[in-house]
Amino acid sequence: MNRTFTRRFVLAAAFAGAAAVTLGQAVAADMPFITVQSTTSTLNSGLYDYLLPIFQKEKGIEVRVVAVGTGQAIKNARNGDGDVLLVHAKSAEEKFVADGFGVKRSDLMYNDFVIVGPADDPAGVAGMSEVKAAMKKIAASEAPFASRGDDSGTHKKERSLWKAAGVEPAGGWYRETGSGMGATLNTGIGMGAYVMTDRATWIKFGNKGDYQIAVEGDAAMFNQYGIIAVNPEKHPHVKVKESQVFIDWMLSPAGQEAIGAYMVDGKQLFFPNADKAGS
Amino acid sequence: MQELQSAFWEAGRLLLTFDSDLTEIVFLSLRVTLSAVFIGCLIGFPFGAFLAVARFPGRTVIVVIVNAFMGLPPVVAGLFLYLLLSRSGPLGPLALLYTPTAMIIAQAVLVTPIVTAMTRQVVEDLYQEYDEQFRSMGLFGARAVPSLLWDARYSLITGALAGFGRAAAEVGAVLIVGGNINHVTRVMTTTIALETSRGNLSLALGLGLVLISLSLLINAAVMSLRGSAKRLAYV
Repeated sequence: MNRTFTRRFVLAAAFAGAAAVTLGQAVAADMPFITVQSTTSTLNSGLYDYLLPIFQKEKGIEVRVVAVGTGQAIKNARNGDGDVLLVHAKSAEEKFVADGFGVKRSDLMYNDFVIVGPADDPAGVAGMSEVKAAMKKIAASEAPFASRGDDSGTHKKERSLWKAAGVEPAGGWYRETGSGMGATLNTGIGMGAYVMTDRATWIKFGNKGDYQIAVEGDAAMFNQYGIIAVNPEKHPHVKVKESQVFIDWMLSPAGQEAIGAYMVDGKQLFFPNADKAGS
Repeated sequence: MQELQSAFWEAGRLLLTFDSDLTEIVFLSLRVTLSAVFIGCLIGFPFGAFLAVARFPGRTVIVVIVNAFMGLPPVVAGLFLYLLLSRSGPLGPLALLYTPTAMIIAQAVLVTPIVTAMTRQVVEDLYQEYDEQFRSMGLFGARAVPSLLWDARYSLITGALAGFGRAAAEVGAVLIVGGNINHVTRVMTTTIALETSRGNLSLALGLGLVLISLSLLINAAVMSLRGSAKRLAYV
């Protein structure tokens, strides 16, 4: 009856089969790789796109970055789903090491947090450098404030700053987005809210609207990033050797220089500080 | 408004310049989604047909469950698979987390109930219609399944396309089990989510337009294949 159809059908089936054959095929399996659990702020800033090709070329190791909030990154690393942890919540990182999941924590680089706000500045905080006073003013004026609300490093920092300011943020003006830095900026800008963000994400952010940095320059807004190898005693499958090569390079003069050389719009986003370190 | 306009420019630029990163992402998306649909059909066609013709206690319950799972939130499927595939999970030693294979499994989980449910409905209608004919040919229950599937093939394609749509559109599951790793597990939808979070809205929307064009192309291809097959079948 319909030989042509049968032929077509076989053809289609063969095509589908070919698609399925590729199922388990690994991508670029020829190069050793490590998995790094890291934060949305470092990924969104574009740092890895700049840094990792340099490292890969020099050491022949591919670095696969999974970028989630610091809270989730630490949880994933505890589960053994990464070889290296690169996040920014010092006390949580120290706990990670103390609990035996990390080998050693090293300071890697820093930048700072800023509070961005709409041009009309409803809380009147533009130009302030004292963050506690600015936060009190925002709370008192009940101007909208968008919080990450996701247990990330930035969220933890923000909560600690509210606490230091003696304000318990609650009520209709305090809005938790429960999402990443970029999503929170998009949402916050959409509803005219103040947002606390790391400077790197902000500089690289493409949807600023009429927003400007309102509060910056307080020492309390310091944002330290740390790097930790996941402990092979907890997770024997982690790639100890390659991870150590990566961490050593990041802390070495070559890696530190590369971090400092990353610029967006002529601005340096991360400041290496491994040598001043100590954990 | 300007954002929308520049999104179309971005889409055009991406398509015309044949951006190599984009090509890689598109091919990975196609590979993951088509593989998932293939697996979904492999399971869903026979299982759906079985549910259509078989009569056993608890059948209605299974049908209801399958139908309900058409609404399984991708992020829940992703989370469930993460816990299974995590190094600390029962399937951890397979080292599948953050690989395309994990993404295929996740999307197959989403696609299978859709294909199964649609197959069940189509085949059941057909079975009721031609019940006597099948009986006269001595085909009862399970033995009628291959013929039923063959006769229902054009309707089943729609089921497969619905599954394709589901898999091509979802981001929640592949983001969790794939990790959106550059050059490894980054697909169209996770790229769109990433560029949105970077505030590059027109680029993100441009990528969305590329994804929709791709979907359009595949649906048109299937439709034309089906059309010519149908014409030939009735010559």
